[in-house]
Amino acid sequence: MTDTAHSSPLLVADSLSLTRGGRELFRDLSFEINAGQLVQLEGSNGAGKTSLIRILVGLSRYGFDGTVTRPAPILYLGHLPGVKAMLSPRENLAWHASGEGTYSDTAIEQALQQVGLYGYEDVPSHALSAGQHRRVNLARLYLSSCPLWVLDEPFAAIDKSGVSALEAQLLQHVSCGGAVVMTSHQALQVDYTLEKLRLDGGIVS
Amino acid sequence: MSAPGSLQFCRRLLRRQLTLAVRRPVEIGNPLLFFTMVVALFPLGLGPAPDKLADFAPGILWIIALLSNLLTSDAVFRSDFEDGSLEQLLLSPQPLYLTVLAYIGAHWLITGLLLALICPVFALMLNLPASAIATLALSLLLGTALLSLLGCIGAALTVGLKRGGMLISLLILPLYMPVLIFGSAAVKGAVVGSPAGPYLAIIGAMVCLAIALAPLAIAAGLRISVDA
Repeated sequence: MTDTAHSSPLLVADSLSLTRGGRELFRDLSFEINAGQLVQLEGSNGAGKTSLIRILVGLSRYGFDGTVTRPAPILYLGHLPGVKAMLSPRENLAWHASGEGTYSDTAIEQALQQVGLYGYEDVPSHALSAGQHRRVNLARLYLSSCPLWVLDEPFAAIDKSGVSALEAQLLQHVSCGGAVVMTSHQALQVDYTLEKLRLDGGIVS
Repeated sequence: MSAPGSLQFCRRLLRRQLTLAVRRPVEIGNPLLFFTMVVALFPLGLGPAPDKLADFAPGILWIIALLSNLLTSDAVFRSDFEDGSLEQLLLSPQPLYLTVLAYIGAHWLITGLLLALICPVFALMLNLPASAIATLALSLLLGTALLSLLGCIGAALTVGLKRGGMLISLLILPLYMPVLIFGSAAVKGAVVGSPAGPYLAIIGAMVCLAIALAPLAIAAGLRISVDA
């Protein structure tokens, strides 16, 4: 990860407010994400977690108040796996629409092995299950060099062993100077300071 | 590991789109099949008199080309929107202007270029004079590029809607009119022996203008569709 990341924030949200369908989801929400932070976004269903995430990464550009500054590149994994059924996992990663890097075959194979898809590299993705599609997407966590990860429900449809491998990878990322913002309804089992981002109050430790 | 250059990324996207198309041959074949069926129906409807058919052939061929393009343009961004690839494309550090051109290029290669290549067969079915066939192919080659560029604007604007098919026709058909007018005029000109060059030049100019402006509209349309 970059050295400069330690000194300046990776993401700054300034007085974000969002109202949907006449209901105020959050108001004057301000926070900074710095290197080394592992932040879990808290809230019940419909509280506005995904809306906030989409604002943070820049997919929602209108309809909210406040500003988001993104000095660092962001790796965003959303609800949709972004995996093409007609392409193999290897092709999906090598030709990924995010255009973030050029990966060697070995790098892709290693990443797929990390997410438990060893031997599935060249199988058409339509032959894979929903959980395996999610895993193909999660393999990007092993390939990316973005300092900030924004993950929306990364544990959805992932089995127990997959979850613990993922937790280890998150831990590895934050201890190497990256930062993670994620939503999850499961409690994270990591040996690290987990900070909570609440929609009504900002970041609390 | 480093971020790919913009052109390299475009080539990669182009390859991805073409691979996807080749693995779903139905989507390449459908517009061509549509074209064949409609061309085969005209002699039945108009009567099989060769002279009459030859008179109408330029217009008929161009109208079908336009409709078959309309049929396929709806799908350009649809699957990427549904599986989340489009979100990733919008967030990528690559210039959207160029990546959008890669999508359009792929669409043109699998619809327009193929059509221009096999149009001589259709021209013979409608008894178009042999002297006009080269002009027909050339006008389709240029014109379908313009159709793809314009069609993708409609596709970008309607990709977020469940059934955007009808809306895309309403949005885009008016923009298709100049292509139809100059495209069929070029072929008609070639039939009677007058030079087709000026018409083709006008289509070429429109293609240049569309290459410059359409990607901007498409990029904005995609951002709005993903935002909504």
